[in-house]
Amino acid sequence: MDKIETKQEYLDYVDKKSPNSPILKNCFNAFLVGGLICSIGQIIFDFCKYKGLEDTACSTIVSIVLIGLAALLTGLNIFNKIGKFAGAGSLVPITGFANSIVSPAIEYKSEGYVMGVGGKMFTVAGPVLVYGISTSIIVGIIATFFV
Amino acid sequence: MKKIGNQTIIFNTPPYILETSSIVGPKEAEGPLAKYFDQCLEDEFWGEKTWEKAESKIVKENVNAVISKSGVPATQIDYCFAGDLLNQCISSSFGLRDINIPFFGIFGACSTFVEGMTLGSIFVDSGAAQKVLCATSSHFCSAEKQFRFPLELGNQRPPSAQWTVTGSGAAILSNENLGKECPRITCITPGKIVDMGVKDANNMGAAMAPAALDTLITHFRDTGRKPSFYDAIITGDLGHIGKEILIEMAESKGYNIKNNYNDCGVLIFDKEKQDTHSGGSRLWLCSFSIFWIFI
Repeated sequence: MDKIETKQEYLDYVDKKSPNSPILKNCFNAFLVGGLICSIGQIIFDFCKYKGLEDTACSTIVSIVLIGLAALLTGLNIFNKIGKFAGAGSLVPITGFANSIVSPAIEYKSEGYVMGVGGKMFTVAGPVLVYGISTSIIVGIIATFFV
Repeated sequence: MKKIGNQTIIFNTPPYILETSSIVGPKEAEGPLAKYFDQCLEDEFWGEKTWEKAESKIVKENVNAVISKSGVPATQIDYCFAGDLLNQCISSSFGLRDINIPFFGIFGACSTFVEGMTLGSIFVDSGAAQKVLCATSSHFCSAEKQFRFPLELGNQRPPSAQWTVTGSGAAILSNENLGKECPRITCITPGKIVDMGVKDANNMGAAMAPAALDTLITHFRDTGRKPSFYDAIITGDLGHIGKEILIEMAESKGYNIKNNYNDCGVLIFDKEKQDTHSGGSRLWLCSFSIFWIFI
């Protein structure tokens, strides 16, 4: 092994020693589960449309059902197992957002309903909300004046 | 006691480790070391409503266990050094509130237990105390909650991540062995903070290994001993990656620790079977290991 003198040399060495995440496997699992969640969404959408609802109403119902399901599975201690297998596959769709709000709510219930559940519910989803809303405002301003 | 070399203290009458006790959670109980623990829990809550309360209970029961095992009444224990991972060391302070022993709350994260033993042995050898109680605890769920993400969050852990041990270790240090055969603490080498710039919170072994190396080498230099002097050299929770790094880096500095070195974080879980990635975390495991202690 080479002599390690500087911090950079150590970091390079650590990089070499640390196993990488199994990217191919993770990508495949994410594709599989993510695709499955989207397919379920599409089935719900088509079903609503078949029942004669408008497109916008169908989309809303899809979101509601998927969020509801993800929240339920989080509460049943199942979603984290799916997430461990699927990674981004279950995290990126709207299900991940539901999970990121419900899981701290369960975790911090022991600290009370106001400062615990209420105060800590958005610890994980908070950044998504802050930057999501901020971005939409900026895009909105640009659209108003330039488009 | 006196200081030798740069940072080592050598004791005149090495304090005895009179008695030890440990309680662990269910995952640790499935590991290869299960038979060495005094008590293994069946669930993480142990009848309590929150993980923090469960952790306090683990501390309380474990301290009571070590006291009753030792045969020394609590009233004869002069001081207590204890700490844990939670804010304000709540597990220790709530766990020890009924015991009526003067209490030093300490926080050294992974090194809390050895820090307590170090300070405790200085107290005993200096004559400030005759019996000192050292205790520490950690709980996977309460640690995840405080430092990482909610347990129900569906995220993935990288292969270098470690798994916080649930459990507590306690020991009583004494100036006399009361007729028992006990290990003794002959000298201590408190380590320095060595930061090599590892920023990945999921690779703590690599972050801590340089500090462990620095402490080990300083210890060898201060005492004039070689690694082969020891039957066992044990670190707390470097995990599989940190252990490898430490062995290789020690070798490059001219110290061969391959044969007698191991890490508690590697020993406590079965990497293949238990899905703990790079091993366990927390140094209270040292309650039955012998780092710096020569019997």
